[in-house]
Amino acid sequence: MHTDAIDCDVHPQVPSFKALLPHVEPYWRDSFVERGIPGFESNAYPPNSPLSARAEWREMGGNAATDVGTLAAQVFDRFKAQTAILNCLYGVELIFSEDMALAVARAVNDWIAKEWLDRDPRLRASIVIPTQNVDFAVGEIERCAKDRRFVQVEVLAMQETPLGRRHWWPIYAAAERHGLPIGIHPGSTYRQSMTSLGWPSYYIEDYAAYAQAFQSQLGSLVCEGVFAKFPGLKVVLIESGVTWLPAFLWRISKFWRGVRAEVPWVDRSPADIVRDHVRLTITPFDAPPDPDVVERVIDQLRSDDILLYASDFPHWQFDGDNALPPGLPHGLERKILIENPLATYPRLTEDAT
Amino acid sequence: MNIELREPEVRQKTRLKITDVDIHPKSAIEDLKPYLSKRWWEHIETFGARTRQGFLKGFPYPKSQPLASRRDSWPPGGGLPASDLKFMCKQYLDLYPIEYAIMNPLSPTGQGDQNDEFSAAMAFAANEFQLDGWNARDPRLLASVVVPYEDAEASVVEIKRRAGDKRFAHVLLKSRTCELMGKRRYWPIYEAAVAAGLPVGVHVFGTSGRPASNTGWPSFYIEDMTEHASCCQAQVMSLILEGVFERYPDLKIVMIEAGFGWMPSLGWRLDKNWKTLKAEVPHLKKAPSEYLRQHFWVSTQPMEEAEEPEQLIDTMSWVGWDHIMFASDYPHWDFDDPLNALPPSLNEERRAKIFSENARALYKLD
Repeated sequence: MHTDAIDCDVHPQVPSFKALLPHVEPYWRDSFVERGIPGFESNAYPPNSPLSARAEWREMGGNAATDVGTLAAQVFDRFKAQTAILNCLYGVELIFSEDMALAVARAVNDWIAKEWLDRDPRLRASIVIPTQNVDFAVGEIERCAKDRRFVQVEVLAMQETPLGRRHWWPIYAAAERHGLPIGIHPGSTYRQSMTSLGWPSYYIEDYAAYAQAFQSQLGSLVCEGVFAKFPGLKVVLIESGVTWLPAFLWRISKFWRGVRAEVPWVDRSPADIVRDHVRLTITPFDAPPDPDVVERVIDQLRSDDILLYASDFPHWQFDGDNALPPGLPHGLERKILIENPLATYPRLTEDAT
Repeated sequence: MNIELREPEVRQKTRLKITDVDIHPKSAIEDLKPYLSKRWWEHIETFGARTRQGFLKGFPYPKSQPLASRRDSWPPGGGLPASDLKFMCKQYLDLYPIEYAIMNPLSPTGQGDQNDEFSAAMAFAANEFQLDGWNARDPRLLASVVVPYEDAEASVVEIKRRAGDKRFAHVLLKSRTCELMGKRRYWPIYEAAVAAGLPVGVHVFGTSGRPASNTGWPSFYIEDMTEHASCCQAQVMSLILEGVFERYPDLKIVMIEAGFGWMPSLGWRLDKNWKTLKAEVPHLKKAPSEYLRQHFWVSTQPMEEAEEPEQLIDTMSWVGWDHIMFASDYPHWDFDDPLNALPPSLNEERRAKIFSENARALYKLD
């Protein structure tokens, strides 16, 4: 593994609701305590599920990545990354009260800054936003963007409405203004069932269904004209899987040729738009362990710029210390590990100290 | 996207025989009247169809062309596209060497109606009309057993009624069911289909009453079309992970008009997640992709078009050459002309499989 690698997806775990409370405004802190609220952890990653944390990375009590030391020991010492981007998956976007969501979002972002970014200069983070209310979300972006260690805005993959819809656009204007990509991560606001045909029986279906949500979000962002309106905007699909992308682009680009009169602002092929504006983290890749298949899928992507390195620590996506799939063309590794992340996140090239 | 008629030279150009697994002969609601009781005809006249969407006429996502049909498919003598057998023969069935074409009626069939009893009555009528109105006049046209799938018990009655009748090719469901197809409530349909020796065809569309994506309602027809793939991915996942194929090892599913480019990746993703999470689904006896390869067939139209055509060949080989069947979707606007639908570099053996042999084997056609 290259020692300058930039790990674009690692997950700090809020160890307990108690740990967040010091960062919550007094009114809300009192309210949470008075009401006996147990916290807002999302069920998107059940804590004891094997996928949620690789067994050997679990600490006493079963949690993983609850403090800087354990995360750094893996991500920096073992995987040899130089920089890592924290994507906190606390359930801010699930909360039904917009005001409460804002209070928790602020607490999470402040907790990240104080307990993580302040403690290890190699860490960067995504801004968690209350997507329940676009004005609040923009306000939180503005507040956190002043801290240059926040390099991205994070939203969950399953929302109440598709992310291309026009009411979302002020968030994209703010992100573009501050040089922050929008990072879409698995997780649901639970405003819709986990599939478009209802609630499945098994967690494995929940998790697999995020690949469909990413397809839908990409279709929405392109078809609504987000990238025509915000030419400087980058979107990163995090932990999305990769191998579904070529067939999705073939499908939507074919349909676009047939019915593009419906969306005149989409003035070139969706495949080209996606290659200019969208990036994907490489873990999970979702190919069989066959270098030939990996190589063919990489060819189908038709871009050396689109993939970003990520370990997805502590989620169990791979064994050993190398998250990269077998069969990557040799010249591509450096692009994926270093150059593509630097080109995607303008703030990574700044001296943030 | 419209196709010009090219009558004279077509037959000489292709030596292949074709079985088309997806065409849409159209019936008017009046065509079904002889097969409906007085009660249900009055119901239609008084209340009309009530699918799980809001518009009285038309579609939630308006199509790009009237009735989503080729502009040249409106019969010169009047009527709706594909409602006139003579014109359909001239424009399609006789123009190409069609040996069989499977009819997948989409509307009016009562499928997905809020009223289950009405849905059952309509399914019966739609099936009768496929026989009398089409198959009896042109035996190349094979029927689908339209079932009122939200009511499994009534669906079983309809499947049993048609069992053993060679004029029916498969049991027909639409892809947007109210719940995931792997859920137990739909299992009696699969049991009856297997008992009748019929594959289950899943044709895209239908109204589930839920948003077309798992992140809410999209805005455009182009998204509605794209979402058929995500919908079918969810259905395939559900059928596999619920253990339907362990319970019914002879069940065969045909995904119609769903594309197939998404299928290999779905299998890989499920295999990967199964490796980590298999404790949750002990009823699975093998990797999910093995069920996928064994139990699912796909139709071609609308086939994904790779930016580099050879790359589609890779994808087709990952799906499996024995499980891809030609479909034209006549008379719809995105009709695939058999002459240029498949990648030009496919060899004769693979063309023969896709155009005819795979369907003949699956449907046991003579």
